Amino acid sequence: MRRDNLRAIFYIVLKDMRTYYLKPPAISWGIAFPVVWILAFYLRNPKSFEELLPGLVAMTILFSTTAAEAVVINFELRLGSLERLLLAPVSLPAVLLGKILGGALFGLLMTTVVTTGSAIILGAHPQVLYLILIVLPSLFTFAALGALLCVSVKEVFEAQTLLNLPRFVMIFLCGVVYPVSAMPKALQYIAYLMPLTYTVEGLRYSFTGGSIYSVLIDALVLVGFSLIFIYPAFGLLRRKFE
Amino acid sequence: MNNQKAIQVSGLTKYYGETLAVDHISFEVEKGEIFGFLGPNGAGKTTTIRTITGLSKPTSGEVSVLGLEVSSKILEIKKHIGVVPEISNLYDELSAFDNLLFMAQLFGVPRSQRRKRVEALLKMFGLFERKNSLFRTLSRGMKRSLTIASALVHEPQILFLDEPTAGLDVLAAHSLRNLIHNLREQGITIFLTTHYLEEADFLCDRVAILLRGKILKVGTPDSLKAVAEEESIIEFSFKKGDYQFVKDLSQRLPELKVVPVEETKIRIYGGIPSFVFQSVLEFSKEKGLEVLSVNSIKPTLEDAFIKITGLSPTVMRVEKEKRTNASG
Repeated sequence: MRRDNLRAIFYIVLKDMRTYYLKPPAISWGIAFPVVWILAFYLRNPKSFEELLPGLVAMTILFSTTAAEAVVINFELRLGSLERLLLAPVSLPAVLLGKILGGALFGLLMTTVVTTGSAIILGAHPQVLYLILIVLPSLFTFAALGALLCVSVKEVFEAQTLLNLPRFVMIFLCGVVYPVSAMPKALQYIAYLMPLTYTVEGLRYSFTGGSIYSVLIDALVLVGFSLIFIYPAFGLLRRKFE
Repeated sequence: MNNQKAIQVSGLTKYYGETLAVDHISFEVEKGEIFGFLGPNGAGKTTTIRTITGLSKPTSGEVSVLGLEVSSKILEIKKHIGVVPEISNLYDELSAFDNLLFMAQLFGVPRSQRRKRVEALLKMFGLFERKNSLFRTLSRGMKRSLTIASALVHEPQILFLDEPTAGLDVLAAHSLRNLIHNLREQGITIFLTTHYLEEADFLCDRVAILLRGKILKVGTPDSLKAVAEEESIIEFSFKKGDYQFVKDLSQRLPELKVVPVEETKIRIYGGIPSFVFQSVLEFSKEKGLEVLSVNSIKPTLEDAFIKITGLSPTVMRVEKEKRTNASG
């Protein structure tokens, strides 16, 4: 059974890459939006851009994974083809995991392009191990958050609208453009309730140096967030098929 | 597994919130037969298929497929069944070949056999020449054929077909019915839902008639027709007609069933033929309607359906086609 599920996850991810990665909503929200933001910050002040880089990479992870989830989940919910996957000898969690990994992989491609491009242009030398430790759980966490919100609606545009609420709240509160430590105490507490704060923090350690334990703690917190998102997502999807 | 029934359903009940969709239905499907579910929209046909195939959980009742309980062995059951939903929902962005290949991968068809099976199915359904065409570019009939082919890629023992020919033109529907018939020859058990009575008559070994979540009757098409044979059926054709005329005639002959078949055609069920004949002629004279022909009808499954459900199949068909056109 485990073999059936693993095989299904693998082929669902492959199929989603072929069918959905070039859909307009994935390109506009998952590629164009973060790229435009990055360029805007770079052109405004190229000298301080390196400071902003961890936050902008975090934002890229957030937007690319969640935009991809809206596409891989909601196109199928709308057309009824998600049911097609559930008619195969595959468990519902395996189908959803396939969808989450599809979104995470899209995010990984975008993050790799943005990080590599920025590193080359700016001559930055991030710690690759730290980057891997923080980027992988972040991709999974935000893909899981995307899945949780996307399974609760049917249409892609509804999903993108719903996703914009946590996206923009996190962009402004989690240290993407303004350090969490410089915010009022009350907002800091709120910031630490959001996963993007830990992604930004972990990425900052990766770019500017820091202890591996700090990175590991951020990574573990993100794993915790991913579990918090993924279980209700299973439940919501199961409820759709009761 | 060999001596088991293909499908056994006992006391199946399904509520969606407060709405009762399926009401304590029980039936069995033998291996190798084509079993049809006939009924109007909302009768519970699709809900029953969804419950048997594990897409919906029953509120109560027991369902087993090939001797395995759906509640506990659904993943094992899915390896042996193929399901064709009412909507052809393959992937627009993939070619005919890639859609079938993906289904073969998903169902765990051994790598060495995948391409061979996909090509064989494309040939069987007359789609080989279009194997590289994207799904969205195929005609409605081709899409339907490919959707059925995709449910056969893992060589299932049972095939579930939800309204297989809905929305197809006459030629495409005819060729698809022949294909379904041939699948039975290959030993596949087929469970289909349809609102086309002639389709059920042509394809099915046994038919269950459903109305408002309940099975009203199960039997072979011939045994169901025999129900209608117990009373006379006379068909009148008029030069022109309207529904008010049918209403007035029903009031004039309250003990008989007056059913509009087409705009200018009615059937009258029951009564003594000479009395019916005389009454309708008198009535049409009063209303100034010209009778073009009068025929005594040999009962069809449609007549049996009318007698058992009290519904007009024309109304049912129009309602269904509206839905099919709306969905694409």
